[in-house]
Amino acid sequence: METTKIVGATGPSRPTVETQFDDVEQQREAAQLGMWIFLATEVLFFGALFLAYTVYRFVYGSAFVEASRRLDVVLGGTNTAVLLVSSLLMALAVRAAQLHQRKQLVRLLLGTAFLGLVFMSIKAFEYRKDFVDHLIPGAHFQWTGADPRNAELFFWIYFAMTGLHAIHVTVGIGVLLLLAVLAQRGKFTANYNPIEIAGLYWHFVDVVWVFLFPLLYLVGHR
Amino acid sequence: MMEKVVDPKIYFRTCAALLALLALTWGVAYVDLGSFNLIVALSIAIAKAIVIALFFMHIKGSDRLLHLVAVAGLMWLAILIALTLSDYFTRG
Repeated sequence: METTKIVGATGPSRPTVETQFDDVEQQREAAQLGMWIFLATEVLFFGALFLAYTVYRFVYGSAFVEASRRLDVVLGGTNTAVLLVSSLLMALAVRAAQLHQRKQLVRLLLGTAFLGLVFMSIKAFEYRKDFVDHLIPGAHFQWTGADPRNAELFFWIYFAMTGLHAIHVTVGIGVLLLLAVLAQRGKFTANYNPIEIAGLYWHFVDVVWVFLFPLLYLVGHR
Repeated sequence: MMEKVVDPKIYFRTCAALLALLALTWGVAYVDLGSFNLIVALSIAIAKAIVIALFFMHIKGSDRLLHLVAVAGLMWLAILIALTLSDYFTRG
């Protein structure tokens, strides 16, 4: 892998070190470590739902397969591709921040946020479709298949998992837009840690969807 | 750990690999493999997650302390799932 080492002092402006840190290196490590610890807690936050899914998937397998076929695999698959490409833009944004390319950084952050919005729009369209098809659990849930009760359970889990994920995407879009405004003002020429750890969060949200897509949309073969 | 700037080609290749894996998992879903459908889909998802973590999240080349935290998160998840399933699968 071709890598270039950049020492802070060679950039346009010397990185600022907060008083509690010895140097730039330590400051950067602390920021990353903090984010990774937060992501570990997020693993368990989503983990509880993945656990509920796993248990009911094994106990009510056939109802889950049947219910899963009602989801639109084209919309789900397209959304997976949208998030994967958004992660590419995010990784390039961090790179632009490292190289102090301000214009490029702002563009890439906005691009990532835009793809986040595309994801949310497709998701909203999908939820609307589910609503029209009476797939929202509760009083209006309608099921003609063999096991309506456990099909409804699948949709409870589907909406809980995709809903929690959608909240994370929404938060991510907000963070990216805020960072884009701050980047435009030249905030990250001295310290780009916020861009890097926002990137870690965005990639994590992508990873969660990477698991949600096959588990919810591809339960049995189509 | 010194900060590193990665060749953008790496990121483009990473994304291409991820999209290829997506196409694979999508395609395999239309083939009836019985219970292997789930195993294949999960394996591909795990492969994608590893690729994202290594190249986009810079686990490759990062500090060992970060590796430890990443693995710790997954280990607690494994404990959560393993102990719960050991209950469900051993009920009379």
